[in-house]
Amino acid sequence: MEKRVFFKGWKLPLLLVTPQLIISAVFFFYPSGQAIWNSLFLPDPFGLKTEFVGLDNFRFLLSDSYYLASFKTTIIFSVAVTISSMLIGLYLAALADRLIKGSGVYQTLLIWPYAIAPAIAGVLWLFLFNGNIGLVSWYLKGLGYEWNHNLDGDQAMFLVVLASAWGRISYNFLFFFAGLQAIPKSILEAAAIDGASFWKRFMSVVIPLLSPITFFLLVVNIVYAFFDTFGVIHTITSGGPEQSTTILVYKVFSDGFVSQDLGSSAAQSVILLILVGVLTVIQFKYIERKVHY
Amino acid sequence: MKHLKAIIASIALFAMFAGTAVQAKVEIQWWHAFGGRLGELLDEQVNKFNASQNKYTVVHTRKGNYSETLNAGIAAFRAGQHPNILMVFEVGTASLMAAKGAYVPMYQLMKDAGQKFNPKGFVSAVSGYYTTTDGKMLSMPYNSSTPVLWVNKDLMKKAGLDPEMDLSTWKKVGNALDAAKAKGIDMPFCTCWHSWIHLENFSAYHDIPFATKANGFGGLDTELAFNSPVHIKHIQTLGKWAQEGKFKYMGRRNEAGKNFRAGECMLMTESSAGYAGIKKAAKFEFGIRHLPYYGATKAPQNTIIGGSSLWALSGKSDEENKATAAFLAFLSRTDIQAKWHQDTGYLGVTTAAAKKTKSSGFYKSNPGTDLAGIQMMRNKVTQNSKGLRLGSFDQIRGIIDEEMEGVYSGKKTAQVALDSAVRRGNVLLRRFERANK
Repeated sequence: MEKRVFFKGWKLPLLLVTPQLIISAVFFFYPSGQAIWNSLFLPDPFGLKTEFVGLDNFRFLLSDSYYLASFKTTIIFSVAVTISSMLIGLYLAALADRLIKGSGVYQTLLIWPYAIAPAIAGVLWLFLFNGNIGLVSWYLKGLGYEWNHNLDGDQAMFLVVLASAWGRISYNFLFFFAGLQAIPKSILEAAAIDGASFWKRFMSVVIPLLSPITFFLLVVNIVYAFFDTFGVIHTITSGGPEQSTTILVYKVFSDGFVSQDLGSSAAQSVILLILVGVLTVIQFKYIERKVHY
Repeated sequence: MKHLKAIIASIALFAMFAGTAVQAKVEIQWWHAFGGRLGELLDEQVNKFNASQNKYTVVHTRKGNYSETLNAGIAAFRAGQHPNILMVFEVGTASLMAAKGAYVPMYQLMKDAGQKFNPKGFVSAVSGYYTTTDGKMLSMPYNSSTPVLWVNKDLMKKAGLDPEMDLSTWKKVGNALDAAKAKGIDMPFCTCWHSWIHLENFSAYHDIPFATKANGFGGLDTELAFNSPVHIKHIQTLGKWAQEGKFKYMGRRNEAGKNFRAGECMLMTESSAGYAGIKKAAKFEFGIRHLPYYGATKAPQNTIIGGSSLWALSGKSDEENKATAAFLAFLSRTDIQAKWHQDTGYLGVTTAAAKKTKSSGFYKSNPGTDLAGIQMMRNKVTQNSKGLRLGSFDQIRGIIDEEMEGVYSGKKTAQVALDSAVRRGNVLLRRFERANK
C-alpha cells in the first residue's frame, strides 16, 4: 500500500527540500549547536569572560536535588494536564455527538477557550484564585477552606494544571468530535442490533476506532504540557512555592534568565533535547504500532 | 529666479541650524524598577532635571521589579543595547562589582565629566555599600531604606490593645498577636521581603554573622552562616505563627503591603519606604516602630539598608557620559534628596539632606519618619552590621524564600530549612567565586 514517488535526477528534489533544510538549520541546528557549545562553559552574566569547564555544568545539575525534583514535577504536571484535558474533551465530544440539533452552537462555545493565549489564561485563573481579591478563593474561604497557592505546593500545582488543561479541552474536544462524527453509524447500529448496550458500544467500538486520534492527541498534549505551558506557569506561580511547579522548561528559563547562570541553563537545554528525542522515538516506535489506522 | 534661490538658501540654512539644535540635546536612557507612587515621584525628578537645563534629556523606562530590571540590563548589555544608567538593587551590587568593564565607576565618571562630586557627603552607612575597600565609590546611592514595624492603630484598638503599647521585642509582638487572634482579627501579622528583614537585617540587628568573611566584604570565599540557633529560633517562631493563623504569607516581595494598606493586616514588617504608598492609601491611623528584636540578646545593633544604586554602564560616548554625570550630580543635590526622603520614607542619603529635613521640622509633624535613620545609625557598625556583599545573591534569596515557604507551610522545621538554604546557597557562592576569579 505504500506510495512512493521517484524523481529523476537530484536537482528538483534538492530544490524542493531546500526551504525546509534552511528552516531546520536556522531554527534548530544553529541554536541547539549553540546550546551544546555553551553547556561546556561557565560564563559570567555580562558575557565579559568565560571559562571552559567540560562536563562540570552537568555534574552540578545532577547533584542538585531541585533539578532532579523538577523531572518528577514535569511528569506529574504533564500527565495531569494530558489526562484531564483528554478525558473532559472526550466526554464533551460524546455528549455533543449525541445532540441532534444545535451541536454547532455547543461546538463554537466549547472552542472559545482555545483562542486564549496561555499567559492570558494564566492571569484569568490567577484573578479567580487570588488570595486578596479572587472570587473562588473568597467562596472557598466562606466554606472554611483556606486557599493560598503562594504557600501550598499542591494547590499551586492544581491551579497551573487547571489553567493549562482548560484551553486544551477545546482542542481535544474538536478532534474527538470530528473523530466521533467520522465513525459510520451503520457499525454502531449493527452493534446495537446485536444487543450491545451504549457503554459496551462505546468501549468496544468507538474507543478502538478513535485510537489514531487518541494517539495523535496524546503526543500533541504531552508536547504542549512540556513546552507551551510556560506562559501559564510564569504568570501564576513563577515556578513556586518551593519550586513545586517548576517544570523542566521553566527551570531552563529561571536559571538562565532570572539567575543568570547561562552555563547551567544551556546544560539543561541539552538534557531536554536528549529527553525529547528519546520520547519521540519511543512514542512512534512502540505506541504507534498498537494503533489501528 | 534669484528670489527662489534666496528662499532655498535660507531654508537650507534654517534646516542646518535646526538640525544642530536637535543634535545638541544629548539623550540618555535610565532603566529603573519603580511603579506606583514611587514611579510618579521618580518621574517628577526626571522632569525637573530636563526642565532645569537645555543640554541633556533623560528618558526613563520601568523594566519591571528589581530583579527584572537587573536582568533586562544584563541581557541588554550582552546585546549591546544597554541604557546609560541602570538601577541595581543592593542584592545585585556584588554581581556588578565583579563585572569589571561593564560599568564606569562613579568616581571616574564624575572626574572625566568635570563634575563636582563629594563622596564624603553621603551617609557612610549607605555609601559604604557601594564603595570598594580602598575607598572608591562605584555607584551612586539612589534609594536606601531599612525595615521597620508598621502598626495599624485602628486594628490594635479593635483587638483591645493599646495602640501605643511597647512592641520593641518579638515576645511582646507575639503577645499582641495572641490577643488579636483571640479577638478574631483575620491577619494579625504580615511581612514583606522575608530574607531581607528576617534573616539579613535580623543578623545585623542581633550582631551575628549572616555570612563569614564579614558578610562577604572580606572576599569571594565567604560562606553563609544564617543557620545559627538565634536565626532558627526566629524563623521557627514565624513558622509557628503561620500555622496558628496569626501570620499570613502573601508573597516573597512586597505583596503584603497591599493587605496593610487595605487595613486588613494589624502589624507588618516592611521597608521604611512603604511610607509613600501607606500615606497615600491608608484610611486608618498608622504608626511606625523600630524593628522588634529578641530581648535576651543585648540591645539591638543597627539595621542595614536595602534599595538601589545607579550604575553608569560602560560603552557609551563621552558626551553621553557627561550627561549621565550631570544627571547623577543633580540627583545628589540637597534639595532633591531632602524632598525624596520626605516624600518616600527612603533615608536621606546625604548628610546635608538629613540635616535639612530635621531643621524643617518634618520629623516633628510626621512622627516615626525619623526612626529608620536612627535605627540605621544608632551604633558604631560592626563586621556583622556593615551590610552584605555576596555574589549570585538574588538567586540565593530565591533559595531562602523557597525554604522559608517550606517552614510557613509546616512542611519543614526551621532547622532543616535553614541548613538546606545554607548548603544550597554555598554551592552558588562557590560557582560565583569560580566564574569571577
